[in-house]
Amino acid sequence: MDLDFSPQDAAFRAEARAFIAENYPQALRDKQRDEEALSREDFLSWHRILAKKGWSAPSWPKEWGGTGWTPTQKYIWSEEQARADTISVLPFGVNMLAPVVYTFGTHEQKERFLPGIRDGLVWWCQGYSEPGAGSDLASLKTKAERITADDGKEYYIVNGQKTWTTLAQHADWGFFLVRTDANAKPQAGISFLLIDMKSPGITVRPLITLEGGHEVNDVFLDNVKVPVENRIHHENQGWTCAKALLLHERSGIAGVARSKRGLERLRQVARTQLADDAGPLLSDPFFKRKVAELEIDLTALEYTELRTLAGESSGKGPGPESSILKIKGTEIQQRLTDLALEAAGHYGAPYLRGVPHNLGAIGPDEAHGVAGAYFNTRKTSIYGGSNEIQRNIIAKAVLGL
Amino acid sequence: MDFSFTDEQSMLRDTVASYLADHYDFDTRRTAIKSASGWRPEVWKAFAEELGILGAAFPEDLGGLGGGPIDNMVVMEEFGKALVVEPYLGTVVIGGGFLKHAAPAGAEEIIGKIIAGEVTIAFAYAEPQGRYNLANLVTTARKDGAGYILNGHKAVVIGAPWATHLIVTARTGGGQRDAGGVSVFLVDKTAGGVVTRDYPTVDGRRASEVFFENVSVPAEALIGAEGDALPLIEQVVDEAIAATCAEACGVLRRLHEGTLEYTKQRKQFGQPIASFQVLQHRMVDMFIQLEQAISMTYMAHIKLGEPAAERAKSLSAAKVQIGRACKFVGQNAIQLHGGMGMTDEMAIGHYFKRATLIEGEFGSVDHHLRRYETLSLDAAA
Ligand SMILES: Cc1cc2nc3c(=O)[nH]c(=O)nc-3n(C[C@H](O)[C@H](O)[C@H](O)COP(=O)(O)OP(=O)(O)OC[C@H]3O[C@@H](n4cnc5c(N)ncnc54)[C@H](O)[C@@H]3O)c2cc1C
Repeated sequence: MDLDFSPQDAAFRAEARAFIAENYPQALRDKQRDEEALSREDFLSWHRILAKKGWSAPSWPKEWGGTGWTPTQKYIWSEEQARADTISVLPFGVNMLAPVVYTFGTHEQKERFLPGIRDGLVWWCQGYSEPGAGSDLASLKTKAERITADDGKEYYIVNGQKTWTTLAQHADWGFFLVRTDANAKPQAGISFLLIDMKSPGITVRPLITLEGGHEVNDVFLDNVKVPVENRIHHENQGWTCAKALLLHERSGIAGVARSKRGLERLRQVARTQLADDAGPLLSDPFFKRKVAELEIDLTALEYTELRTLAGESSGKGPGPESSILKIKGTEIQQRLTDLALEAAGHYGAPYLRGVPHNLGAIGPDEAHGVAGAYFNTRKTSIYGGSNEIQRNIIAKAVLGL
Repeated sequence: MDFSFTDEQSMLRDTVASYLADHYDFDTRRTAIKSASGWRPEVWKAFAEELGILGAAFPEDLGGLGGGPIDNMVVMEEFGKALVVEPYLGTVVIGGGFLKHAAPAGAEEIIGKIIAGEVTIAFAYAEPQGRYNLANLVTTARKDGAGYILNGHKAVVIGAPWATHLIVTARTGGGQRDAGGVSVFLVDKTAGGVVTRDYPTVDGRRASEVFFENVSVPAEALIGAEGDALPLIEQVVDEAIAATCAEACGVLRRLHEGTLEYTKQRKQFGQPIASFQVLQHRMVDMFIQLEQAISMTYMAHIKLGEPAAERAKSLSAAKVQIGRACKFVGQNAIQLHGGMGMTDEMAIGHYFKRATLIEGEFGSVDHHLRRYETLSLDAAA
């Protein structure tokens, strides 16, 4: 049992660090610093740079563009990205859909869809949740009827509504769970469809979240015609795909490297912000204690994740234990934003979204957006299977209760 | 022992509640807070003229209705339930508090104008370097003939864009954090050299950075003793804390009720989600937090009349409980609403945002724990 980095690992870290330093777009960095909303092109720019280097989809099978990195290398890569405050490659294509395609898709489907995902050419969104089907995803009602059209080809005609669809306003394509058999048991009548978001009959309507951002949407499907060859896996077997995908979604969700970086930033803020008695906030025993507790919890999470990774590298896929990572990872993200808001003191209150910078700063830069981040981060214990649902999973699947 | 309200207080509650039910629904509020000015002067006018509540907490000889802190509590709780943004706290509780306690020359006239809805006040006390320490001041008031010249920068002055007057804390002497040398002034916001930068706050109110650039004020602007106003400031801030606790109770009630209602009606897995025991226990814990918040708010109001040390300790204790309740109830209200809790369209998120800012207002949980601890040690010594 050891956690030593080999000389090769150290060389890899140096390579990764240098690559980011030389290639991360300055324009993107400026926008991040100024908390400007990122455009579609902004999101994709870093992805495309990584794709050129062959690093956009590390976990994939090598034949489709995976890097073949060891778990240690993946760990180093996520650390280096967090350290440099890069944006993340969006998970919908690379981490969520792609494993379903390369696990369950036909060879044509792999050839048709994987390169676009890998190269950041096609933007994917996830159409699972519905107004009536959140935690109880299997109760989804969006209906797909199979027909033979005048052109002699088979299609699904899809009708229904999806909701909370993240960044659907930018999406070229979406992967959807739809009901193809209304009479079967809920889980047994679902299929997994890939739908071109430009198809006639699709309407995307913005949902504004409480901090004022536009990252989620309603998606209405009104007689949308989808070729049958856009279905992944067998008809009525979509639930198998969905379950596999959810496990992948959850294990990525711990966000250890990003939280470590967040903790570092919190410390910086607490070093410059003053406590009531004029010393830096970080030397205030009450505040310092909370930061220390958070760091210890983050260490516990990190070692739990490393154990999970070690298990995966010995051939066991991500199991229901990944629910631990989801619960603790999101709680830590939430506490980080909570402490950042607390550190900002009075300057947590101003709402400066869209206030032009040239009017002069209001409060210290590091206080900007902290309240918004705190409000927005409440989502992490709700999405990706809520933390209550994760506890149900552990109770049933791990503890056998 | 008696925790009941007088008939007058109950009537006051009913008057406020029914006015707000008719004029302050969620959508109307939302339109108002997004408007250019961010508030509704006509509502303020109605408070003064139609409801007559702006005088509820002032003595009768000053034109008020003869009530006191409990009347403020009743009004603030109802305001919390409707997320009222209009500046009752700054004007009546804080502005009125300073004027009542210190009774400077001209106070009667200003109080009359407060009651008539003509004067609105914002409390300019916080400074960028000061956090929650009321004595940590670098704003100065230099003696100039009979009057004073003010210089300095006040941070996040809530309600300042709507105010006709500011109550300003400043140093007339002493070092940056000394208890001595602190004075209070009532400043006309139109005075030359008062520069404001206005902005919205994350909970739907408005605030300003206020800069005093050689602002000349007359001798009558001084409230309380020159250089010796910290005890007065602490008293008024404790009253403001009590009122904020009351507002929080209104906010917390709505968060809790809204969550019960939602979980009873929202179905997943073929049953209302309120039937899941983990959620029931969560809502019970929210309820316990709410009940304890209400209890501590009553306690806080009862103790406002005690000697300074006892009063301060009690108010800090209340604010600690309120801060914790705001966090727990607020976070779980969102959590139990699932995705719906995250939307700007639902009221629940707006109550959560207000609850979140209340956590830090007039001192965070940590600040008041420390103040409580210090006062307890002092008492034991
Ligand atoms: C910002 C954001 C982005 C999202 N992005 C996407 C996306 O891109 N694509 C997509 O398909 N979906 C997305 N979602 C939807 C997300 O997956 C759902 O919100 C989530 O599954 C919860 O469902 P719900 O919102 O309907 O809440 P509900 O299922 O109604 O849950 C409400 C509350 O009840 C609790 N609860 C429910 N059932 C149980 C139970 N059996 N035991 C105990 N407690 C229970 C929940 O934990 C929660 O606290 C997103 C959500 C958010 C907030």
